[in-house]
Order: sequence, then C-alpha cells, then structure tokens
Amino acid sequence: MQTTKSPYRQGIAAGLPFILILAPFGMLFGVVAAEAGLNIFEALVMSALVVAGAAQFTALQLLSEHVPTLIVIVAALTVNLRLAMYSAALTPYLGSASLPVRVAVAYCVVDQTYACSVAAYEQNRHWTLRDRLAFYFGVATPVMPNWLAFTGLGALVGEAIPPGLALDFAIPITFIALAVPMMRTGAHRVAALTAVVASLMLTWLPYSLGVIVAGMIGMVVGAEVERRTEMP
Amino acid sequence: MIDKFPLWAVIVALGAGSFLLRFVFIGWVGNRSLPAWLLRHLRYTAVAVLPALIAPLVLWPPATDGAIDAPRLASALAATVVAWITRSVIGAVLAGASVLYLGLWLAG
Repeated sequence: MQTTKSPYRQGIAAGLPFILILAPFGMLFGVVAAEAGLNIFEALVMSALVVAGAAQFTALQLLSEHVPTLIVIVAALTVNLRLAMYSAALTPYLGSASLPVRVAVAYCVVDQTYACSVAAYEQNRHWTLRDRLAFYFGVATPVMPNWLAFTGLGALVGEAIPPGLALDFAIPITFIALAVPMMRTGAHRVAALTAVVASLMLTWLPYSLGVIVAGMIGMVVGAEVERRTEMP
Repeated sequence: MIDKFPLWAVIVALGAGSFLLRFVFIGWVGNRSLPAWLLRHLRYTAVAVLPALIAPLVLWPPATDGAIDAPRLASALAATVVAWITRSVIGAVLAGASVLYLGLWLAG
C-alpha cells in the first residue's frame, strides 16, 4: 500500500478512531473514581502514571473492598502483564532507538499503540526506524492526552452524580464488555472459563488472593490448550 | 471510602510497576528473542484475570452483602450477550447498564 502521507500522520489517522472508545471509558473511570472517593487530582495522577484502564478499574474495585495494599498492586499488575508482551512485540521494530526514546516508547505502550503499530510495521517493511517511531508516536498523539482529559471530565461529572446509582456494578459491566471480545479462540475461552470456575471456588482464600490464583490457573490452562492445538 | 495511604501507595507502585512491564523488553532485553512458552503465557493474562475478577462480583455483589441479585445477574448476562454478538465494548456497557437500571426499577 503506497501512500503519500507521512508515517506520523498515518499514525494519527490510525489512532483517532480510538477516541470513540477512550472517551466513554476514561469518563467512566473518572466517574467510578469519584464515587470511590478519589478527588480529581488523584484520579488524574492515577491515569497519568498507570495509563491502563483495566488495571486502574481493578485497583479501584479492590481498594474499595479494603483488600490489603500489596494484593491490590499484585492483582492490578497481573492484569497489566500483557503490556510486557506488547513491549516484546515492539522490540524487534523499535529496540534500536536511543534509551530516552525507548523510555518514551515504553510509557506509551497501550493496547492501541501496540495493535496499530505492529500491524503497520508488517505492512510497511521498508520503513526506517525513524518512520516507525513517527508512526508509533502518531498513534499515541490522539490516544494518550485524551485518556487523561476524559478521566478528568469523568471525575468532574462523578462529583456531581448523587451516590446510590448502583455504580458498584459499573466495573463488572465494563470488564465483561472488555473481556468478552477478547475471546477470539477456543484457548481464550477455555482460559476464561477455567478462571471463572477457579475464582468462584477460591473465594475462601483470604485477601481476594483467589482472583490472582484463579487468573494464574486460567493463564496456564489457556497457554497449554494453545500449545496442544498447535501441535501437528 | 478509600483511605489515602493505600490509595497513594497503589497509585505509585502500580504506576512504577506498569512502566517496568512496558520497559522490560524494549528497554532491557533488547533484540534477544524470548522463549515461546513465556510469550504464550503472557497472551492469556488478561483473558484469564479479568473473568476471575468479575465472576464473584457478578454472582455475589458486595453491594448486596453477597446475596445473589437478579438485576445485577441479568445486567451481566445482557452485557455478555451483546459483547459476544457485536464485539462492541460501548454497546455492551450500554446494554448492561440499561438492563441493570430496568431491573432495579422493576424490583422497586
């Protein structure tokens, strides 16, 4: 596919549609954070430092259940383990950049920058490192600032919403909406189903540890199913 | 309500940890290739952890002190079905929210 647009502008064009997902999702995070008692500053700092919706929702949910701090951190980081996979997938394309640039690349690793960039790199194998970086930060340009902006807007809205709107259930609904479309293969579905059953059976474990243990079990089972289905 | 100390500890530790996860390969490991089994496991983290987190919240919501709640169960079902069929995140959230409020209203 030949095009006259610069890689940076192609990146922006690839990132722009994600605002449609980020905007309501970021706002929802702001609202839920406000309901959980975070002020707008705390919600913004969390979005700026963590930059990962699912982990932020996980942390909020477990914090409001008064789960011990260490467990909250471990559970939310487990949700974010996929970022390490993205980092690994980007390394062959961007790994030769200078250290400060790689720090900036790492900060911007999110679902959207990873998915768009790896797809574009496979299509444009002639791109130089400079082109690849331009595309990558092009995707990040509409994505990263809007995550912050809509968190802030949500926090403002949330402070105005009266309590008692059953917002406790906003997180489960959001997670279902996020997780179900991820079930692309049988191995994904087996991993999820195993994790659900294990989690329901392990609620007796203290400190919500059952969530982490069940997640690990689901992860191992999913990987094993993939390994077996790939074997000739 | 969430206390300030655990909140800030989580914000800082989760921020630092998330950055390290993003930085680990592109920053440190570089172009060395990774064992296939590791990448295979990393692929299944989100699809396993998110359902593990949701399942008890759907079946035994803290808001009802753990009692099974028809509106919340119906809401989760609606979100699942819509997400399954349409693959639309926003559509699923809207379906789940509509059924939840309808159910809570019907339940009085």
